[in-house]
Amino acid sequence: MLKGKFLPLDSELLPEGSERCSLSKFILWLLPIGLLLLWGLYAAFKVLANGLGVTGLDDYFGFGLWITFDLAVIALGAGAFFTGLLRYILNIDPLKNIINLAVIVGFICYSGAMLILVLDIGQPLRAWFGYWHANVHSMLTEVIFCITCYCAVLVIEYIPLILEQRQLDRIPLIRHLAHNFHVFMPLFAGIGAFLSTFHQGSLGGMYGVMFGRPYAFREGFFIWPWTFFLFVLSAVGSGPLFTVLIASLMEKITGRKLVSWEVKSIMGKIAGTMLSVYIVFKLLDTWWWMTDTLPSRAGLTFDQMFYGWIYGKWLMFLEIIICGLLPCVILLKKSLRERVRLFYAAALLDCLGIVINRYVMTVQTLAQPVLPFDSWATYVPNWVEWAASILVIAYGAFLLSLSYRYLPIFPQEAALNRDCGSLGLPGRGS
Amino acid sequence: MSAEHKEFRIKWGMVIDLDKCTGCGACMVACQAENNLAPTPDASNKKKVMNWLVVYELTNGKAFPAHEVAYLPRPCQQCGTQPCASVCPVVATEKNEEGGIVSQIYPRCIGCRYCMAACPYHARYFNWLDPVWPEGLDKVISPDVSVRPRGVVEKCSFCHHRFMKAKDKARVEKRDIFELEDGEYVTACAEACPNGAIAFGDLLNPGHKVSALAESPHAFRLLARLGTDPQVYYLSRRDWVRAQGDNRLAEEITRG
Repeated sequence: MLKGKFLPLDSELLPEGSERCSLSKFILWLLPIGLLLLWGLYAAFKVLANGLGVTGLDDYFGFGLWITFDLAVIALGAGAFFTGLLRYILNIDPLKNIINLAVIVGFICYSGAMLILVLDIGQPLRAWFGYWHANVHSMLTEVIFCITCYCAVLVIEYIPLILEQRQLDRIPLIRHLAHNFHVFMPLFAGIGAFLSTFHQGSLGGMYGVMFGRPYAFREGFFIWPWTFFLFVLSAVGSGPLFTVLIASLMEKITGRKLVSWEVKSIMGKIAGTMLSVYIVFKLLDTWWWMTDTLPSRAGLTFDQMFYGWIYGKWLMFLEIIICGLLPCVILLKKSLRERVRLFYAAALLDCLGIVINRYVMTVQTLAQPVLPFDSWATYVPNWVEWAASILVIAYGAFLLSLSYRYLPIFPQEAALNRDCGSLGLPGRGS
Repeated sequence: MSAEHKEFRIKWGMVIDLDKCTGCGACMVACQAENNLAPTPDASNKKKVMNWLVVYELTNGKAFPAHEVAYLPRPCQQCGTQPCASVCPVVATEKNEEGGIVSQIYPRCIGCRYCMAACPYHARYFNWLDPVWPEGLDKVISPDVSVRPRGVVEKCSFCHHRFMKAKDKARVEKRDIFELEDGEYVTACAEACPNGAIAFGDLLNPGHKVSALAESPHAFRLLARLGTDPQVYYLSRRDWVRAQGDNRLAEEITRG
């Protein structure tokens, strides 16, 4: 805090050398988030009290918005494990400036997905059966194992960030504890990378093994359908950029510089590389599915996989070309990547492409009529499903706001804003 | 991961003659009453109505006077290679009992609905809300079949409780429980069909008429090319009906 400047009421709790808005302004910011949280909690209560009949799901669409949302946030939350792997195992040092945010975003995504799953399964009190009566042949069992274990890893990675809070850090025991957590962080980053790779893959495998659903079914290698590998690659090709987008959104809201352009650019380059590998395999997979798997295994043609506008081919074109190939080109070519607007456009398209992929794999798979005398089904999520999804987004905004205000998560913040200050750029935010 | 193929000494199967079916729906009603399916207060959304067995209407797509219809009752196909059992994360559905009926363990089902997503026949149903029997109707609940709570998946069991009763009877009479006579164990739908369109028995027992019916040149199974190996066969002497049993590419269609 600079001498002579206005100090917030909770200034003693704020990170050293940082500048934050007044407490009342912060509370005012939290107010709309709180209202959305309450709305979502009401929807959650409706589901838990009355059953899933209050949602727009039905016997054709056992999976809908919530599963799409879960798969999307888990893919976008992959920034946590992948950045951790790059930072702690492969020692790409500049990423230390964004790893804390990646961990928090990852934690929000995974805990949020688990919250939605509690609502989405019909018998949430039996969720532990996944461990007790595990069917080792099911991809979903692996997902249950890895997501719960990885969420625990993310808690372990989040704890030292909380322990570094200014007042907590004054207590020697806690300071040493936080230090020791950091010493062991490469170990947890390694465990996280292992668990994450497998459950990202298993989420894809879940769809690929459904041999009764021609839209999703894929052949593969050994026990893993090709979707297993595609889901891993698409997650690491988009997760890091989602973290960058969150960082930039926070910069916009707070008016302070939090992560240097250099770090963002590295994240973009890495994600772009992974995305290009993904797109090559995705194109090969789509071609093989179209020309071999579909006709030979299901007796169906590529055209029969699409219907009208809502399930049209434009979605596939948008997903693979506009939101896949295009961001690849921008992110891999330095002259394009360094142009800020293009960079952010590529990041947004990349993330959108992955969301579309998770959506079509979930909803279009179920909408496509497999029985020759059946017809295409449509699905519209109702307010309960939207509210519960918004609950997770509001919960994320709430947790990020608190973490930003009270925890030292951006190592570059002080230095970057000192420079900004001298240049006369805005330097105070929420 | 590919699903496991299961074979048994006895294979309970069904052969439904679509040329005899009039689409009256008696099989659906019999199934509902037999298996304690609660009536749905608002049945306007057919995708949220509980029916273990559904009668589909098929048409040849031609205009009058060439227009023809057929009705296709669809119970669980009790697949030999089940798309559903292999994906269940908690082993709440499996095929491991003599007779080859795919089970559903209601107290173990967590209601994730992955099996529903995996089943191409839409043979699985979810209890979206608490089942409610209107005043007085609860008195007709059968004690032979457990009622299900909300939040679990259920499906046709080939009236498995009738199999158990038939086995009990055979035990009392000191007969081999795996050598039941034809007609000793039949499902409620087969029993209720006024036209005798549904035949039920052991597909592997030459003494049961279904074994011969399944071999008929007019017999087919739904979506057989997906590799599900269903235990439900359909019969029709009409080419266009048989053609709707599976997806075929333009070059594969030679007639019908």
